[in-house]
Amino acid sequence: MIPLSHYLILSAILFSIGLYGVFTRRSAVGILLSLEIMLNAVNINFVAFAKFMAPHSLAGQIFVIFTIGVAAASTVVGLAIIVAIYRNYKTIFVDEIDVMKW
Amino acid sequence: MWSNFLSASIFYLIALVSIIFALLSVTLKNMFHSALALIVMLLGVAAVYIYLDAEFLALVQVLIYVGAIMTLVIFAIMLTAEIYNKNIKRHNQQKLVSLVIASSMAGFLIFVLSRFKAQDGISFFEPLTLAMIGKELLTKYVLPFELISVILLAALVGSAAISKPR
Repeated sequence: MIPLSHYLILSAILFSIGLYGVFTRRSAVGILLSLEIMLNAVNINFVAFAKFMAPHSLAGQIFVIFTIGVAAASTVVGLAIIVAIYRNYKTIFVDEIDVMKW
Repeated sequence: MWSNFLSASIFYLIALVSIIFALLSVTLKNMFHSALALIVMLLGVAAVYIYLDAEFLALVQVLIYVGAIMTLVIFAIMLTAEIYNKNIKRHNQQKLVSLVIASSMAGFLIFVLSRFKAQDGISFFEPLTLAMIGKELLTKYVLPFELISVILLAALVGSAAISKPR
C-alpha cells in the first residue's frame, strides 16, 4: 500500500529538518526541541524496518520504547542543566555562554 | 480499493502536516509557538506509528512524548526564555551554511532511498499484541528493561540535584 521507501523518505526529511534546527538555533531549549525531531525521525525508521523486514519480531518496537525512554531521560537532564545555567548567567543563548574561553 | 486509496492519501496528508510543523518548529521566533508546533509534529508521528501497526508505540508516544516531555519543555521555556522580546535574534549566523548542508543531506538521502525496493508490507499473520510485547519485555529484553529503570532513576535524582537552588 505504502512502500517502505516512503516511510524512510519521511524519516530522512524530518532528520534533516532537526539537523538544521540544531545547527542554527541560538536558544538551548530550541536545540533540545530540534534534537527531539531527530530522535523521532530515527524512531520512525526503526518501526518501518521492523514492519517490513521482520514482521514476526517485536525487536524494532521494543527498541523504540527504549529510545523514547532514553530521550526522555536526556531531555530531563538537559533541561535541568539549562535551568541551572539560566540561574547563573541569566541567559540561555549558546553563543553568549562562552566562559570557558577567557 | 477505495479504502486503500483513502488511507494512503491520508497518510501522505499526515506526513505533510508533520513536515510542515517540524519546519515551523525550527524556524518560529517565539519559543512557545515552536514547542506547540513540535507537539503537533509528535502527534503526526504517532499517527504514522498506527499506520505501521505499532499501536502500543503510538500510545506511548502520545503519553510520554507529548504528555510528559513537552510539558517539561514548556515549563523550562516559561522559566528561562525571554519570549516576549521581539528584537532578540533566534538564529545564529550559520543559517545559510546549515541550510545548504541540511538540504543537500536530505536530497541525497531521498535520492538513495527512492531506489530502495522492498516487498510490500505483509500484514502480520498473527497480530503482535500488547501481551506479546509485555512478555518479551520481561523475558527476552529484561536487561534493557531493568537498565532503563536505572537510567530514569538517575535522570530523576540528577535533575533534581542539578536544578536545586543553592
